[in-house]
Amino acid sequence: MLDYELLRLIWWALLGILLIGFAVLDGFDLGVAGLLPFVSKTDVERRIVLNTVGPVWEGNQVWLILGGGAIFAAWPALYAVSFSGFYLAIFLALFAIIIRPVGFKFRSKMPNPQWRNFWDNALFVGGIVPALIFGVAFGNLFLGVPFHFNEELRSFYTGGFFELLTPFPLLCGVLAILMMLLQGSTFLALKTEKKIQQRSVAYGQVISLLTALLFTLCGVWLWSSIEGYAIISEINTAGPSNPVIKEVSRQTGTWMTWHQIHPMTYAVPALGIFMAFMTALLLRTRCHTCAFLSSSLTTFSIIATAGLSLFPFLLPSSTHPSHSLTVWDASSSQMTLFVMLIATLIFLPIVLVYTAWVYRVLRGKVTEKTIKKETNAY
Amino acid sequence: MDVSALDLSRLQFGMTAMYHFLFVPLTLGLSFMLAIMESVYVMTGKTIWRDMTKFWGILFGINFAMGVCTGVPLEFQFGTNWAYYSQYVGDIFGSLLAIEGLMAFFLEATFIGLFFFGWNKLSKIGHLIVTWLVAFGSNFSALWILVANGWMQNPVGSKFNPDTMRMELTSFYDVLFNPVAQAKFVHTVSAGYVTGAMFVLSISAYYLLRKKHVEFAKRSMTVAASFGLAAALSVVVLGDESGYTVSQGQRMKLAAMEAMWETHEAPAGLAIFGIPDQENMKTDYEVMIPWVLGIIATRTFDQKVPGIKDLLVETQQRIKTGIQAYEALQQVRADSTNAEARRILNENSKDLGYALLLKRFTDDVENASDELIEKAALSTVPNVTILFWSFRLMVAMGLFMIGLFAVAFYLCSRHRAHNNKTFLRFAIVSLPLPWLAIECGWLLAEHGRQPWTIDQILPTFLSGSSITSGQVWTTLIAFISFYTILLIVDIILMKKYIKMGPKKALS
Repeated sequence: MLDYELLRLIWWALLGILLIGFAVLDGFDLGVAGLLPFVSKTDVERRIVLNTVGPVWEGNQVWLILGGGAIFAAWPALYAVSFSGFYLAIFLALFAIIIRPVGFKFRSKMPNPQWRNFWDNALFVGGIVPALIFGVAFGNLFLGVPFHFNEELRSFYTGGFFELLTPFPLLCGVLAILMMLLQGSTFLALKTEKKIQQRSVAYGQVISLLTALLFTLCGVWLWSSIEGYAIISEINTAGPSNPVIKEVSRQTGTWMTWHQIHPMTYAVPALGIFMAFMTALLLRTRCHTCAFLSSSLTTFSIIATAGLSLFPFLLPSSTHPSHSLTVWDASSSQMTLFVMLIATLIFLPIVLVYTAWVYRVLRGKVTEKTIKKETNAY
Repeated sequence: MDVSALDLSRLQFGMTAMYHFLFVPLTLGLSFMLAIMESVYVMTGKTIWRDMTKFWGILFGINFAMGVCTGVPLEFQFGTNWAYYSQYVGDIFGSLLAIEGLMAFFLEATFIGLFFFGWNKLSKIGHLIVTWLVAFGSNFSALWILVANGWMQNPVGSKFNPDTMRMELTSFYDVLFNPVAQAKFVHTVSAGYVTGAMFVLSISAYYLLRKKHVEFAKRSMTVAASFGLAAALSVVVLGDESGYTVSQGQRMKLAAMEAMWETHEAPAGLAIFGIPDQENMKTDYEVMIPWVLGIIATRTFDQKVPGIKDLLVETQQRIKTGIQAYEALQQVRADSTNAEARRILNENSKDLGYALLLKRFTDDVENASDELIEKAALSTVPNVTILFWSFRLMVAMGLFMIGLFAVAFYLCSRHRAHNNKTFLRFAIVSLPLPWLAIECGWLLAEHGRQPWTIDQILPTFLSGSSITSGQVWTTLIAFISFYTILLIVDIILMKKYIKMGPKKALS
């Protein structure tokens, strides 16, 4: 069996990969739904837009389910504390997410315009709200969340729903929406033609510049005025997963420690900003495949930056900093991490191969002609 | 913890799980039937079989969307409403859910899109493979979920770790090949196949009764009759296997579903009727068939099946050993180097859960009185009336369905099904039966596991999150309204396409 410390690091990285997989793939689904009212006006246009993601959104959504499953399996304490603490926010995101499957499936099954309008609105909400909530949740990780454990390691969350909505997390929420919209607009530019494509390209350029701006703003804010967390007691990186036996201090600028120790890691946020500008440029030069890849790299860099800055913290506690969850004390057992790693090494490559194959089969533009030909089109 | 938030969480989980399970069995059964129909198309080249695949595929798609959207809240609820459970057993339980996503759900969800959108983009064989992959994906998904559920019923391959205050995995092999999980898997997926078959059988009967789409409906009915008969028979055989594994592990569940208060002489009889009286621990108006239960449960003629009263005596003893483990745990927590306490805890840790039962009545577990121990033991008896009747209803409906499919199979093979009006009417009104039987089975399995979330390890009343009842009320009401609307829309759309029939729906 692999070393416990190494397994924890691998699972920290894998968690990041799954979140990025979600943001890149399900991200464009959410983004397309969010752009629906802006890039398409007539019913036929709307159907074209929906059918660009029609055959793939179900597979993409599994990244979210798998992300949840991986947190449950590899970081059970994180799963327990965050899901129960963010109770209402999680359900809000959940309802927004689960309205999409039925929205896609039900919308075009009745010709009534009011019926279709209702589901279009539902899909728009289902696209924007989850992105906002995930962004706000991520933002709150940097501030710390009010929770503690009792001696049986039962967790207690002492905050409320509205306390999560402070300026910095909200800014992160907007950034998350922009990331998803950027994914959506570059995907639409790739999959559609004529008017819808023109609108997507136009929106995409504005969104990519806004993304770069907001990302930079978040970074500056984080550096200048947000109290970070640091472990000050000795760390046993292969010790038992018990999150209440360490000491933690708080200080402004601590979230940058990692970057200061390893200046190489500044490359990650720099790549994010660069790629956001590149996306705008590539959209302008009509290289749509490159624009989509560049947008995906932007998403990758932004999430990776957040993960690196927080390391080794997963969920800091604002009321009891020493109860914060970290990579070293909130994981599953060594055996579970190992078994899960084996399962991932076997199945994740298979998943990637068949997902790629499905996208290859479905390549090509979605047009009025293609949706009229397809009896199963949404 | 707020007790009523816990009760509401139970209600919410029970409701959303039972609701989700209206759609899953149909997905399980219909996916294989689509694969069978399409295989016939590819082998014979007759387009009517392709149209059958496509038409039943439309109904499958509507149902599948409902299954997907109601499945996600179940995974999330472990974290939101059952945080202590997630913390306590996530090491084992969470990994099973994650592997389900990785191995099974990805497969079905990725290929379902190609099933609908790939008809013109793939070769015949290519599309057929996609359909089979969807069917295998959904069935693998059931496998992992039932391995997870089987572990809740029979928690093998794991051990309590005092340093992390939770259960940890010791053998993944044992968890995967848990006999309870295996028996549950085959029993449950077979029940799904019966559901799919009944769905096709009833709707085909509806067309035949109205003399519409006759060729289409006759063929569909033949597939449904043969697939359904095989599945219905295996549900019973494998249900028996399930009964045998229950008798090995969850003896209290078995005694409760039989309302068997006393231990009877071997081989024990099976009650086919009775009115259980939980307070006085007796069953009124009992009608017994001799020997049957003893033979099913022990597969011998001489082993006894223990009754509730005898089991309670045993439970009290286990609570007492549990208290020793609990005491030792407190000592280990005070001084983690205390080797003697670790040894005692280690020896008795399988009864630690029984000591936790006392927490419902006192915080001072170590000094619990005999009276409290007796009370805690009594709390391990689930609701006998619910179990007794849900079991009997499930079995009765199962037997009726075997009969119906047998008749259907006979009539179809004689080419007489399409003009036997009595049979067609029976087939139509039987449509809800598989769903009712399945919900009874779910109630039996999950309510019968009470008062534990993890049998003999973690009591339900300790498993919840530290949340308020106001929060749970909010989500519960949201679920009820949202799910009601969805169900109405689902039924409207299903009816619309069924009425439309294959010709119009596919043009």
